[in-house]
Amino acid sequence: MHTLIFRTIAPYLASLMVLFSIFVLLRGHNEPGGGFIGGLIAASAFAIYGIACGVAPVRRALYFHPMAISGFGLLVSALSGAVSLFMDMPFLTGQWTEIDVLGLPVDISTVLAFDVGVYFVVVGSITSIALALEEREHA
Amino acid sequence: MAIEPGQAVDLSGAMVLAPATPADWLVVGPVAIPIVTGAILLMVRHETRLHAGLAVAGLLAALLCNIGLLARVLDQGPLVMTMGRWLPPFGISFAADALGASLALVATLVAVVCALFATADIGAVGRRYGFYPFMMLMMAGVSGSFLTGDIFNLYVWFEVFLISSFGLLVLGSQHKQLDGATKYAILNLVGTTLFLTATALLYGTFGTLNMADIARKADGLRENAPLTTLAVLYLLAFGMKAAAFPVNFWLPASYHTPRIVTAALFGGVLTKVGVYALLRTLVMLFPPELELLSGLIAWVAAATMVIGIMGALAQTDLRRVLGFVVISGVGVMLAGLALGTSEGLTGTIFYAFHSMIVMTALYLLAGVMNGLGGSYSLSKLSGLYTSNPLVAAFALLLMLAVAGLPPASGLWPKVMLVRASLDSGQPWLAFAILATGFLTTLALGRVFILAVWRPRVAADPEAPASPYLGYVALAALSLPVVVMGLYPDPVISVAERAANAILDAPAYIGTVFPEEAAQ
Repeated sequence: MHTLIFRTIAPYLASLMVLFSIFVLLRGHNEPGGGFIGGLIAASAFAIYGIACGVAPVRRALYFHPMAISGFGLLVSALSGAVSLFMDMPFLTGQWTEIDVLGLPVDISTVLAFDVGVYFVVVGSITSIALALEEREHA
Repeated sequence: MAIEPGQAVDLSGAMVLAPATPADWLVVGPVAIPIVTGAILLMVRHETRLHAGLAVAGLLAALLCNIGLLARVLDQGPLVMTMGRWLPPFGISFAADALGASLALVATLVAVVCALFATADIGAVGRRYGFYPFMMLMMAGVSGSFLTGDIFNLYVWFEVFLISSFGLLVLGSQHKQLDGATKYAILNLVGTTLFLTATALLYGTFGTLNMADIARKADGLRENAPLTTLAVLYLLAFGMKAAAFPVNFWLPASYHTPRIVTAALFGGVLTKVGVYALLRTLVMLFPPELELLSGLIAWVAAATMVIGIMGALAQTDLRRVLGFVVISGVGVMLAGLALGTSEGLTGTIFYAFHSMIVMTALYLLAGVMNGLGGSYSLSKLSGLYTSNPLVAAFALLLMLAVAGLPPASGLWPKVMLVRASLDSGQPWLAFAILATGFLTTLALGRVFILAVWRPRVAADPEAPASPYLGYVALAALSLPVVVMGLYPDPVISVAERAANAILDAPAYIGTVFPEEAAQ
């Protein structure tokens, strides 16, 4: 799909979608959203970028291999569950703390880390599949 | 209902407040360690040199964790941890009793040996395509299946190891591998869909998925609820996964296609997960229904063992022979399930330990023979007795073991099963087990005569180097086979504890719901 309009729009669209996916990820704690749906939105952003500009630029932009991103996500999720080992609580028990960001109190938790891990797993695996399919189409 | 900041909230109605000691974490270790290792392996996918070391280290850590877990379970009874502190049945419980912990230990032991063997068998390309990450995630799924105390979670772990096993099956992307994987995938997906349907029906009936909760509610619901339907659905779904006759056709269609180490891992471990799930659901959750179905299961068991071994007699490819031997072993294990007595189940569980180790060893032996003789075909393999006497010795020991002859481990579980069938007045089942043993001796004796004793049919241009790693792997698996054969008492006592653990549902319920046991 090498139309001029699509190729011009795609980078902006993709970056907006990635931004939106992070918004959905963070919003997911108390409202609809979360790691899974956020990851899907980000993966569709990379897929659109790939359709418009080819797979090689996407791989360059991602820098890490999508499967490695997926593995990183799995690691983050698994380790976030293990934090409670040091609190004498069972696996996957949420741990909360409050940090101060520029004078604003922000809650951070292992639950958030778990969701971020899910986000990376979904981004990595779906992007990996999408790019492999697009590569086959172009070849 | 808003809660003011700083106001104390009583959490005891929603959460387990007792502190979880590091020893309690042993129950998640065998699952969490392979997942973490698999994740790290995915991240270093291109550094194929690191893979084998990382995988073996991860599996050894999981093995240590399993040993600790089994020691603790034997010492203090079942170990329960409910994820995220939520009270069961709402939180997902991991509940390791003697059955789950011992099977997880043997499976991990087998996996360590396979990972070692794979360092020589799987080259850089296979690693690049993710052999080790798939293997780690498969072991996470297998251990999770053995240790979980929640039936939907059991389904999830089934999916985890199934999807990983698809990846392992197609490693290499040859035409016949894709052919085998398609059959394997479709039939196994039908099986897991049945499992999911049964679980949906179960949830609709019971309103809970926690196995201890199901076990304690079953008696009250038996009047009106379709529990027999549920038991039959689970029997069919898990029977498919265990490759019981007549839903065993996927196994011989696929197990001869992948890399030999993959076949070894599958043949050793995966069918036993199906047998374990049958034991867990039918014996612990639905004992009266099991009694109703026991006649049917006995016929299925006899047909599986006899037809399985007949298949083995008809094959000329060594891997196909072994595929049918796996099926026949599943029949032997189902015999104990059909009897449902403590002794029968002890025999089944002991046979499961034995079968995991021996079947893996036999597949690895086939791999070693292929390396030396250049083929898996019984018409080409020959003369191994003169060229590699050590291989001949391993072959003899393992074939005696799988046929159930002394001095190897296959003898005792078969003795127990035969005695249990005679005690429950089913001499024909005992006869089927003995006849299967005889036919197994024939099937593998044929392999031994052709591949080992027969003088070399074709002169090899050059003798291949001795596969030392293969010898190490075979020795590591033969050691427990001999020890279990000559000194079976500790294993029998573990298997007996495991059998009594699933027969004694109230004790299991009491560990998951301690407050009710106290009342």
